[in-house]
Amino acid sequence: MRPTLLSRLLFGAMIVLIVVPMVFPFLWMLLSSFKTQVDIISWPPKLFFSPTLVNYVKVFSEQDFLQYFSNSALVGTVSILASLILGLPAAYSIARYKQKKLSVLILLARLMPGIAFLMPWYIIFSRLGLMDSYLALILSHMLITLPVVVWIMSTYFDAIPIEMEESAMVDGAPRQKAFWMIILPLSGPGIVTATTLSFIFSWNNFMFSQVLSMEKTKTLPIAIYNFVSYAEVDWGGVMAAAVAIIAPAIILTMIFQKYVVQGLTMGAVKG
Amino acid sequence: MVGQNFLEKNLKVIFPLPAVLFVVMMMIFPVAYTIMLSFTGWNLTAADSFRFTGLRSFTRVFEEPRFLEALFRTFSFTFLAVTAETLIGVALALILHRKFFGKGLVKTLLLLPLVATPVAIGIVWNLFYDPNIGLLNYLLTALGLPTGEWVYAADSVLPSLAIVDVWQWTPMITLICLAGLAGLSSEPYESARVDGANNAQILFRITLPMLTPTILTAMILRSVDALKTFDIIYAMTGGGPGYASETLNIMAFKYSFEYFRMGQASVILVALFVVVLGFSLGIMKLRDWADK
Repeated sequence: MRPTLLSRLLFGAMIVLIVVPMVFPFLWMLLSSFKTQVDIISWPPKLFFSPTLVNYVKVFSEQDFLQYFSNSALVGTVSILASLILGLPAAYSIARYKQKKLSVLILLARLMPGIAFLMPWYIIFSRLGLMDSYLALILSHMLITLPVVVWIMSTYFDAIPIEMEESAMVDGAPRQKAFWMIILPLSGPGIVTATTLSFIFSWNNFMFSQVLSMEKTKTLPIAIYNFVSYAEVDWGGVMAAAVAIIAPAIILTMIFQKYVVQGLTMGAVKG
Repeated sequence: MVGQNFLEKNLKVIFPLPAVLFVVMMMIFPVAYTIMLSFTGWNLTAADSFRFTGLRSFTRVFEEPRFLEALFRTFSFTFLAVTAETLIGVALALILHRKFFGKGLVKTLLLLPLVATPVAIGIVWNLFYDPNIGLLNYLLTALGLPTGEWVYAADSVLPSLAIVDVWQWTPMITLICLAGLAGLSSEPYESARVDGANNAQILFRITLPMLTPTILTAMILRSVDALKTFDIIYAMTGGGPGYASETLNIMAFKYSFEYFRMGQASVILVALFVVVLGFSLGIMKLRDWADK
């Protein structure tokens, strides 16, 4: 039975109804970032206006925006690398030795509210003179990225047939060598999934940096938040900043779309 | 090769050890410290206040109406958001689970709210919600509908925040359900067709029952995160107006980093652990029981 023209039109309309609300906030943000303050606060809201780059110029020149940008990138990158170093062997061990309790322990970090650690960290890092240090920020972000790595990679390792290592071990290679030479090279897609997802989570994290960083290590979400906490909101500047912070996450997602979907839905489907 | 041998024999301890040490240092130890602090009346701004006071911080906090309201609000926010996300998310998955022109693009667009920085998203929504310059009230006026104060009024702030959460996280439920739908076996469908079942019967008798475990898992994942929602609430309202959108998370944050009442903040944190862990454990037990 071929669908009629009418039912196809209805379906098309439904898809449009789904897509528009999903995309609209992004479009409005983008549009507003090219408006002057006068255009933004004018009533009725303007759909047509003469675009200006003044907000972007302001964001990137007046504020130390590039510094915040590189802080975010640095903290994300280092905490992921460290999480891979700690997390890959742990995930392998959890997968091969069925260490269920261990996986629960590490997943607890995913379950617990971040503020539960943040308050003690604040006290401890202050005592150690580590406030506003990259070290404190990276350690805190690792508590976001490590569970992602362990969760995704233990599922991934679990799906690799154990015969892969066993054939190498028959030839006399110790297990750790089999892990290094055989399993890891097979794990590229899993590592890409874990890395992409954890980078996005670290990039978007607001709470940890809000408390642990000050001027030197401030990350982007804090910079954008500070924009609005002043008395009068500079909406154009805020929207330009919002575009600048959201764009990298979206670009990354588009490049690694397949992996992002896999990571987000992993484990959920098995029930 | 002695080292290699030793490593291989103890692989199951050595491989996870660094990660475990890290988690103990950064999570278990801080949580234990928080629990200890909850038995003190420590206030960072008051000298010499680090003293064990038994349960006094607990009674102090629990007697505050502000705490009970925040507790209730945490649950009602979660309930509102997750219910709407589930209903819309499952419906979207059922609609999108078929071949159509542009499906790839729609699936890409689904991902965008999920990866967008919540603080930035919250601020964009604040611009929508603004009673004076916001687009939302303009659209409502243009349609002849009554306007609202959204996040700027106590009685509408919580649902307005839930709308933002729904906008951002509904695609998560949709994606999980789409993956679940793709994994359903086609056999029941074939025999239903042979028996002449109509679309509604197929949906309610076959698809939804088979998808239920997936939907439940998605709901659990969402609920755990919704209970902890911080970024959008803090960025959009800071818990206000008044305390009208203050959840446990926000309250704990303020007690810690604005009032520096560490003892009482720890009590709120302990309450938050109990809520989140209790919820997760309860659901897991419930599911084990349902599986039997």
